[in-house]
Amino acid sequence: MAVSVDPPAVTRQHLAKTGWTYTFLADPEARVIHRYDLQHDVGGGKVISRPAEFLIDPTGTVRWVDLTEDLRVRTRPETVLGIFDRLSG
Amino acid sequence: MDRRRNFLPLAGLLVCLAGFLSYFFVFFRFPVTRDVPWVSWLLFALGLGLVGIGVRRPFRQPERYRGRWMGPILALLSLAVVGSFVFATTIASRQLPVSAGAPKVGQKAPDFVLPDSAGRPVRLYDLLGAKAGGSGRASWVVLIFYRGYW
Repeated sequence: MAVSVDPPAVTRQHLAKTGWTYTFLADPEARVIHRYDLQHDVGGGKVISRPAEFLIDPTGTVRWVDLTEDLRVRTRPETVLGIFDRLSG
Repeated sequence: MDRRRNFLPLAGLLVCLAGFLSYFFVFFRFPVTRDVPWVSWLLFALGLGLVGIGVRRPFRQPERYRGRWMGPILALLSLAVVGSFVFATTIASRQLPVSAGAPKVGQKAPDFVLPDSAGRPVRLYDLLGAKAGGSGRASWVVLIFYRGYW
């Protein structure tokens, strides 16, 4: 499941373009992004989210986090699946 | 005497430009070429090599090649291209907040409700099935925050 500051209409277009099928939430006021302390003020009054990934177990406990230091470098899907297999197995 | 044009510095600059642009338009999309921009590094090495040879030629063989002025100018432009790339992929891309207050391993993820792409409200803890008396099957969630502006 993903979150960004884009409104649902923009996200819809993006999902149609990429073919991504997972739940994609809109946080235009960066309310949840602030609650998770991920806000990134990029100037001009524009606040977006920094890239971040959390793996959350059924009790709501965070079991793994990636707060990348370089926005070019993100966790790969197979890495997350490997960590999930290890933690849930 | 008829001296030849010296095309190597221009060719080198174009190869450097290709190394710069191809990363952001092509190789940025694939993790294998995105995390470490090795394709661009190879192109820069090739491009700067061509520029290096090209800049020296009019001085070493002035009877054969022209371009004593253009060579160094194109060399500076090539270095500027490579320099911008290094800045963009090492310094600029690391300008991220520390996010010290982000949920840590072992902590509870704060619950929230946000609209999905169809505008329907989605609650995190409903997906987890962790809601008191919740009926849904318990499941894990990978929660990804994106920069957005697509």
